[in-house]
Amino acid sequence: MSDVFIIGAGIHPFGRTPARSGLQQGVYAVRQALAGAGLEWRDMQFAFGGSDAAGKADTMVSELGLTGIQFINVANGCATGGSAMFGAYSTIKSGEFDLGIAIGFDKHPRGAFDPKPAEWGLPEWYGETGLMLTTQFFAMKIQRYMAMHGITSNSLAAVAEKAFDNGVLADHAWRREPVDRETILNATMVSDPLTKFMFCSPAEGAVALIFASERRARELGLPAVRLRAAAVRSRPPGSFEVFAPALDIARGSSPTVIASRAAYEMAGVSPEDIDVAQLQDTETGAEIMHMAENGFCADGEQEAWIAEGRTRIQGSLPVNTDGGCLACGEPIGASGLRQVYENYRQLTGNAGARQVPGAPRLGYSHVYGAPGVSAVAILER
Amino acid sequence: MPDLPPLIDAQLFERGADGRPSLLAGRERDTGRVVFPLPDDPERFETITLPRTGSLWSWTVQRFRPKSPPYAGSEAFEPYAVGYVALGDMIIVEGRLTGAALDSYRIDMPMMLVTEPFVMADGETRTTFAFAPIGNDAR
Repeated sequence: MSDVFIIGAGIHPFGRTPARSGLQQGVYAVRQALAGAGLEWRDMQFAFGGSDAAGKADTMVSELGLTGIQFINVANGCATGGSAMFGAYSTIKSGEFDLGIAIGFDKHPRGAFDPKPAEWGLPEWYGETGLMLTTQFFAMKIQRYMAMHGITSNSLAAVAEKAFDNGVLADHAWRREPVDRETILNATMVSDPLTKFMFCSPAEGAVALIFASERRARELGLPAVRLRAAAVRSRPPGSFEVFAPALDIARGSSPTVIASRAAYEMAGVSPEDIDVAQLQDTETGAEIMHMAENGFCADGEQEAWIAEGRTRIQGSLPVNTDGGCLACGEPIGASGLRQVYENYRQLTGNAGARQVPGAPRLGYSHVYGAPGVSAVAILER
Repeated sequence: MPDLPPLIDAQLFERGADGRPSLLAGRERDTGRVVFPLPDDPERFETITLPRTGSLWSWTVQRFRPKSPPYAGSEAFEPYAVGYVALGDMIIVEGRLTGAALDSYRIDMPMMLVTEPFVMADGETRTTFAFAPIGNDAR
């Protein structure tokens, strides 16, 4: 059993790149990661890669080189990137290989996702009558949470304002203009209580991360961060998920809560130890609820945290330092790896204008998606 | 009792002697867990009807026309409210909300099951279900 290190990272800018396919963006990210680490594609012993809607990852070997590499495609919806990373983590930890890569990329058409009921085991009427929209789920989850825990619309807007402020500082972000709180609050309502600036959009982008064993990382002498925990969990009974025609009366926890607990246990750390966090922010309410579901605060305390600026880059727990999904958009297959990429940059002190001060040691990332899956990773400098 | 346009799904609800609808659900024979919609698996699930009234658990408003497919409504789009309603202590069901202004819904508001016409893109009308506020909360 070896400890697992991330020794290189590459990213294709998120947003819209009409000139490049999703696969080409993936290749771009791989080349950037390899170049940064001074490695060649032929040095990679294995790859895990995937996209939700932009093709088969393993076909990129025709661009990168026919080295005969063990290349495993991953398709796990919103947790595709997190699952690719878990594959890389387990492969190194087991001792099977000591150097490899995880890749996530995607390219979605404009507008909300358009799922097919049958693919989700749901009757046609659910989609036909206009109930099958991810935006409705997110709106109704935060609507109830606000009523139960005293969260205000002002806090919803403050989260978006922070995301756009951070996006200005991130080279790979899509939206790089600040938007003030009044504009966010008064923008077109998409699904009450969420306005258009409070939702992220499907987008494009790619991320590649290079993994190595402890011995190999030491030999290479590159800036390295230790992957202390990687956990992927599906939903427990009584959770509230996307595309649910009904919910159990007995309410339960969430895939995020159990993935989070598993990750803290693997890493042997607690939420107070975390210095920087990237939390799934499909919409601003999700970031707020995920602060509690990941153990950083109690339900309702977010109101004070946000008012005091604690989740800003200069705060006590900076959250979504590159602007998260709100500023970067959400290419499903790449989104979870973007969070890990951002923590790698933060922990190696290479985050430029958005660098968290005080040399952060522990970085936490959390991705969530349909039909109820969460992936959490904890990195240590 | 008045005739209604065809149901959007024959397994969705039944109407009592008074003409009022009740949603059909399944009770898992082994565990007693109530599920909606009714699964097509009579060996595992007993067919039951759900209470007609409950309280609003959460809500939102669909303010843009959903993509087609799967959405089958007409091109002319009017925003509509959707919500989850806790029906007694049995289950929390998602549905369209009707009978009140879009921004007047409130969590814990008493709600009742009603039938609702749904106009398809081809101009045909189907009957689906919705929840409406009870009593003073109604418009």
